[in-house]
Amino acid sequence: MFYREAGDFKTSYTDDNQTFPIKFDRYRYYVVLAVAFGIIPFLINDYWANAFLLPFLIYSIAAIGLNILTGYCGQVSLGTGGFMAVGAYACYKLMTAFPDVNIFFHVIAAGGVTAIVCTAFGLPSLRIKGFYLAVATLAAQFFLVWLFNKVSWFYNYSASGQINAPERTVFGVPVTGANTEAWATYLFCLVFLAISAIIARNLTRGMQGRKWMAIRDMDIAAEIIGVNPMRAKLSAFAVSGFFIGISGALFFAVYLGAVEVGEVFGIQKSFLVLFMIIIGGLGSIFGSFAGAAFLVLLPVALKLVGVDLLGWPTDIVAHIQLIIVGALIIIFLIAEPHGIAQLWRVAKEKLRLWPFPH
Amino acid sequence: MKMKLPAMALSALMIASPVMADLVFPSLSYRTGPYAAGGIPFADGYADYFTMLNARDGGIGGVEARVLECETGYNTEKGVECYESTKGEGALVYQPLSTGITYQLIPKATADGIAIHSMGYGRTSAANGKVFSNVFNYPANYWNGASGAVNYLMSQGDISGKKVALVYHNSAYGKEPIRTLEELSAKHGYDLTLIPVDHPGQEQKSQWLQIRREKPDYVIMYGWGVMNQVAVQEAANIRFNMENFIGIWWSGSENDVLPAGDKANGYKALTFHGVGSDFPVFADIQKHVVDTGSAAGAGDQIGTVLYNRGLYAAMLAAEAVKTAQEIHGVADINPAQMRDGMEALEITEEKMAGLGLPGFGPSFKVSCENHGGPGLVGMTQWDAAAKTWSLVSDFSESDMDVIQPLIDADSMAYAAENKIEAGC
Repeated sequence: MFYREAGDFKTSYTDDNQTFPIKFDRYRYYVVLAVAFGIIPFLINDYWANAFLLPFLIYSIAAIGLNILTGYCGQVSLGTGGFMAVGAYACYKLMTAFPDVNIFFHVIAAGGVTAIVCTAFGLPSLRIKGFYLAVATLAAQFFLVWLFNKVSWFYNYSASGQINAPERTVFGVPVTGANTEAWATYLFCLVFLAISAIIARNLTRGMQGRKWMAIRDMDIAAEIIGVNPMRAKLSAFAVSGFFIGISGALFFAVYLGAVEVGEVFGIQKSFLVLFMIIIGGLGSIFGSFAGAAFLVLLPVALKLVGVDLLGWPTDIVAHIQLIIVGALIIIFLIAEPHGIAQLWRVAKEKLRLWPFPH
Repeated sequence: MKMKLPAMALSALMIASPVMADLVFPSLSYRTGPYAAGGIPFADGYADYFTMLNARDGGIGGVEARVLECETGYNTEKGVECYESTKGEGALVYQPLSTGITYQLIPKATADGIAIHSMGYGRTSAANGKVFSNVFNYPANYWNGASGAVNYLMSQGDISGKKVALVYHNSAYGKEPIRTLEELSAKHGYDLTLIPVDHPGQEQKSQWLQIRREKPDYVIMYGWGVMNQVAVQEAANIRFNMENFIGIWWSGSENDVLPAGDKANGYKALTFHGVGSDFPVFADIQKHVVDTGSAAGAGDQIGTVLYNRGLYAAMLAAEAVKTAQEIHGVADINPAQMRDGMEALEITEEKMAGLGLPGFGPSFKVSCENHGGPGLVGMTQWDAAAKTWSLVSDFSESDMDVIQPLIDADSMAYAAENKIEAGC
């Protein structure tokens, strides 16, 4: 009944090539956009913004970035935390060096800086792959964190080594600093997420994405059919770094406001984003959203249920939370190795036939 | 995202539950993770004191105190979540027990008009109340601690030309004393070596190898959590003289020295409050809290250094509430009135004796300009045979001639960056 192509005629190539060719899917997408842009900003409060929505939006951007590199191009990266730190520190340096430029451009520029750094650390991928590349990117993670701790120029020589986001506005509304409204920070991040997702979706279903996937599936075969592996791999690192840099900049400037590199952008952040795309689904933009939602919402939801509803001691809930999240990850990987995105695909197939399956 | 709306509405209702007449003290505790050894006793002490006040006196000024515990795991992201989820309940004062979370909360809480009391941690320059209207770090801060350690060393003998090594947690917390120690080294002529230890600090072989090679005369440590135990153990392994090893107050609890056994004997740590359980208040805690089975933890932490510190923090908060109730003439105060109470807080010997804590801490007075208190620092030493800490020096002044200009410079830089007009 749902997701039916029957009667949904396409009369031009543009129609045929659109992102959501099925009418129901397209309307669902419009509804999600309308709710996200038109309804949530009016309902949101500080708690919902800071506990759920901002981390969800920002981690989604990071997951999209890592998914392009790992899910689409097959280059395993454990350097996500370090690359997010590059975005955060680039954004901080730009914010303090050019206070008159709009924060919007700083965030994009931070993405650009991260793209360059990420490409540089992607160079080893031309020679090595798999576990060896993972170790090379792991080195990037530790090197970058060490660098931002060691060189005080990056944190403007402050005594504590912390970076603090000063107040910056967009159209006169503060989006960073202390006096922000929940809806403003939410919309600011949502705009970045929406644009990132649209760009990523279109890149991955076009020629560039096919090249990446060809490299992922078999790099020698891809080379034989005319894909330049150097350009494909490095472009994946650059695009991935761009998105991860944006997410790092937003994470620092909009969400946390004050950051200390070792604690916020450590190795556990790299693993968290990697888990997001594994659980969400490798090689799927929707999977990036689903994985981010799963790993952001679940711990807080468990905490709400355990502490606020059931009134259990906080330490017990914190331990149970670790157990449940860990168990769910394992169950998910056994029951559905292709992640939540695959569940979604299966559900869609079922819905096409419902209520009259064969 | 469509699916989330009903859930959102439901939770919004849950959060907006009716506000009862009570005094809410959020406790951003950490009972899990690598820093739990320090987080648990502090949180227990903080909660038990309020439980005792409720049971013995029926609250503070007739209004019940309610401690809202929220687990942060020493993690800034969870700290933000905890702050947002508790501030709507009328939270009076936040004590995050984490320098990272304090940095995070300073702008947020100031914008929301809620006070932060970062007792002996957090942003040191918050002592300047002209810039940091809602942040308090009395009675002592990191820079007082650094200066106190140097003063103590000077009282033991001439330190010019001596080598001092700073072993520090490589984070905002551990980096705080560096500038003060550098200034003091210029003033007193000792050599300072900086030795960072990365989070969580479980592996310190290379750091202590460096100490063994460079043979510093004294080691000062700014550590927390598991890092402390490892450092004390490593110092014992290289047979470093424990007499010359001084920790900040966050590196001076029973948890830090017990694993090293007898070898930790003589290790010293700074403090800004009394040690031991030899105070009348503990009898009340035993009677009203432990014996009634309402203790926050297992009840086995009472009298330990960090339990006492949690209790001290709770005592200062409760006294600030009393002060605020006097100033404003209402019993059920709001966060803004709490802030006024903290700013007018005066702790005297008589007050402490009346509370069952005679001589527990220095007497001091907070003012609008000075949110940092007097910065009196004492030295404690570990006796491994008796398993007790004991005070080996009086609470004495630190070198404010060096510290005050640093506080002014750092807070003014913050004011300029954030366009804050100096108050008072």
